[in-house]
Amino acid sequence: MTGRQEATRLGRMGYEGVAVCVPVTIPYSRYSLRSAHWFCGRALAALLQQAGITKDEVDGFCISSFTLAPDTAVGLTQHLGVSPRWLDHIPMGGASGAVALRRAARAVQSGDAEVVACIAGDTNHVDSFRKTIASFSQFANDAVYPYGSGGPNASFAFLTDHYMRQYGARREDFAKLCIAQRDNALHYPHALMKRPLRLDDYLDARPIADPLCLFDCVMPCAGAEAFLVMTQDRARSLDLPFVSILSTIERHNAYPDDPIQIRGGWAMDVDGFYDLAGIGPDEIDFVEAYDDYPVICFMQIEDLGFCGKGEAPDFVRQHDLTTTGDFPFNTSGGQLSVGQAGAAGGSLGLVEAIRQLTDSCLGAAVTDPRHGLVSCFGMINYDRGLCSSAAILGRVEK
Amino acid sequence: MTTALPPPKKKDPVRRTRQPTLPPGNRSREAQGLTAMAAVGRFALQICTACGQTQYPPRQVCGNCLGDDLPWRDLDPGGTLLAETRLHHANDLFFRDRLPWRLGVVRMDAGPSVVVHLAEDCQQGMRVRLSLNLDRSGHAVMNARPETPGPNSEDDLQLRELTMDPKDRRVLIVNGKTELGLALAQGFKAAGAREIFVGYAEPWKASAALDAAKAVDGVTLFPLDVTDTDSVQELAAVLGGKVEIMVNNSYHPRPGGAVDRLDMNLSREEMDIHYFGLLRLAGYFGPTMRARGADGAHGACAWVNVLSAYAQVNNPAFGTYSASQAAAWSLAQCLRAELSPGGIRVVNAFMGPLDDEWHQMVPPPKLPSDMVAGRIIEALQKGREDVPIGAVAEEIMQRLVENPKEIEREITL
Repeated sequence: MTGRQEATRLGRMGYEGVAVCVPVTIPYSRYSLRSAHWFCGRALAALLQQAGITKDEVDGFCISSFTLAPDTAVGLTQHLGVSPRWLDHIPMGGASGAVALRRAARAVQSGDAEVVACIAGDTNHVDSFRKTIASFSQFANDAVYPYGSGGPNASFAFLTDHYMRQYGARREDFAKLCIAQRDNALHYPHALMKRPLRLDDYLDARPIADPLCLFDCVMPCAGAEAFLVMTQDRARSLDLPFVSILSTIERHNAYPDDPIQIRGGWAMDVDGFYDLAGIGPDEIDFVEAYDDYPVICFMQIEDLGFCGKGEAPDFVRQHDLTTTGDFPFNTSGGQLSVGQAGAAGGSLGLVEAIRQLTDSCLGAAVTDPRHGLVSCFGMINYDRGLCSSAAILGRVEK
Repeated sequence: MTTALPPPKKKDPVRRTRQPTLPPGNRSREAQGLTAMAAVGRFALQICTACGQTQYPPRQVCGNCLGDDLPWRDLDPGGTLLAETRLHHANDLFFRDRLPWRLGVVRMDAGPSVVVHLAEDCQQGMRVRLSLNLDRSGHAVMNARPETPGPNSEDDLQLRELTMDPKDRRVLIVNGKTELGLALAQGFKAAGAREIFVGYAEPWKASAALDAAKAVDGVTLFPLDVTDTDSVQELAAVLGGKVEIMVNNSYHPRPGGAVDRLDMNLSREEMDIHYFGLLRLAGYFGPTMRARGADGAHGACAWVNVLSAYAQVNNPAFGTYSASQAAAWSLAQCLRAELSPGGIRVVNAFMGPLDDEWHQMVPPPKLPSDMVAGRIIEALQKGREDVPIGAVAEEIMQRLVENPKEIEREITL
């Protein structure tokens, strides 16, 4: 019995027959006068245009956005003039991509919706970021924001400081990851960072929150990412290239007793994750990880089984993380080089993975990938990120 | 080791005074529980009565057993510093003005991990002690210092934003003609105050206390009669821009109540000194102090009102005095709100009966003036805002929480 059949026998249903297709990116900009509604609306327009379908054929929507407020997905239906029979709003920021994917997939499998548009987008006005973090959560308002931490910088500074001391990571190790991602981004047209990053640039960058310096931090920006989920039969009839879903996981508030975050929810679910996929970490051809700060990439490399806890610094030293390397990682450049378009940051890697597996890359392509792993993370509610999710996507031969 | 506080520089009259900004003050109702603890200098968190779990950040339902009985309980403020950072960037204007700024994560012995303001002499892995302090917005924050503070630890610039330390600051003591006024002048001198301005009314009346105060190094006397609007206005014109800590210790207690001793003149005097006196001081000194709330590490920081504990519940033996104190207390709350945009903190000290001529007929315990002065200065150094002084004041505050009717009927202290 294969691992995949075993997982199914244990009661976890696979994602057979589900297609993920039509990767869409609304180009990023540092600031925008447009609203989040505009970014979501233009993402839907691009989905329809690329899929060759009409608005009425999309009967499910899954929306993620911080700056849509006071609206939610509900208000957006009237803005965009759609009448879906299935609607979800996922307030999980960076973790929203794989979560949207797995919910949409189940809706399609059950027939509750036929075509689900998963859209994550945010605008960035000059003062948007400050406003978002000033009212992020009750715990943040009460116990973090009054301490002067401008958003997640201080939180990730703590995690990075602790991780470096605990596991011997050096700034040069984080630099290697950031530089490799920048190399990847130089091929990706939507990346906001257009210049190569040198080791000296990284090490000498101005400090933001020790030990974090400028190139450890993402740049908030405006933009959107989107994709469609439908049955594979429907995708074939529309002649759309698509990928399959081998496995997904999500977890919230994992390991609450850890005094400080050294791992995310992936570690709780990693065994079942690969069991359902029927493959192991060895068969993953590239990884799209959540990368608002490099330390969380290191945790994902560990928690998703590519090495043991505390071994990511050495793993990164031993591997080439560029698209043509032996461990292609954040192949479009990730948020660190493309920019963090709010909640769209949670779908950047997912959309890139669809492109890699359907030979429609905008940037550099991994050589003949069969499986891509997408990992998402989000929501520093108080002292740690609460939401984690991941998916394994597979190439489907025509 | 903490960097020693540089002595204050002479103010450059051409340079613009830095305008006051406040740290973010938006808190949930639950988190205001921390503020209540910080105001009186307690270190307490919510502890679940059902399962004993310590809760942080504050909440309404236990994060372990989902129970909803979460009373505030004093607990061990010890912990270990797990991680630290020094902010070089902040979006918030208050912190932008004060960068770099140190923060840490402390694992408390009591369980929770807490984000803290971190003293300069704390290092990773070190044992630390936490305190709850009121920040410039008047809300509680967690602060961590080494278990054994090193040299100059009181000079920590972040700590000075959370406290109202008299060191290197200029103080105005409103009434120098009482034993308490003298004890305050001596206490502030010992606490390192830069200059001590001492007011006196009725110059034709000799005062041994004032003579002694005058002899204290650093003390300058100024005529000040809080019942005379012109007098207050004139002194504010001279000193207004220099007062960094205002201590309103106006004091005019007289025994007697309403039915047993109707004396309109006496009662009016009490109101004039305690209530209208505060009003005049607030009106003329308040605006300048509020504008100087961010004027560097030695800027204006505190307004102390020395009140009677009978402000909180009337003692009929001093009935009209109690009433004038209640009026002053109410105005002090108004003052607290009005000074808060400048980050100026209003400290209300509630003292029990002093051991002086006006309390001759009152049984002990009665308070020596130097003890009262010491408690007031300690409150400034520790950043407290409501300060009961002496057993009588402490008992009154506790009984008011437990059963206000009981103390109203039974007050004999």
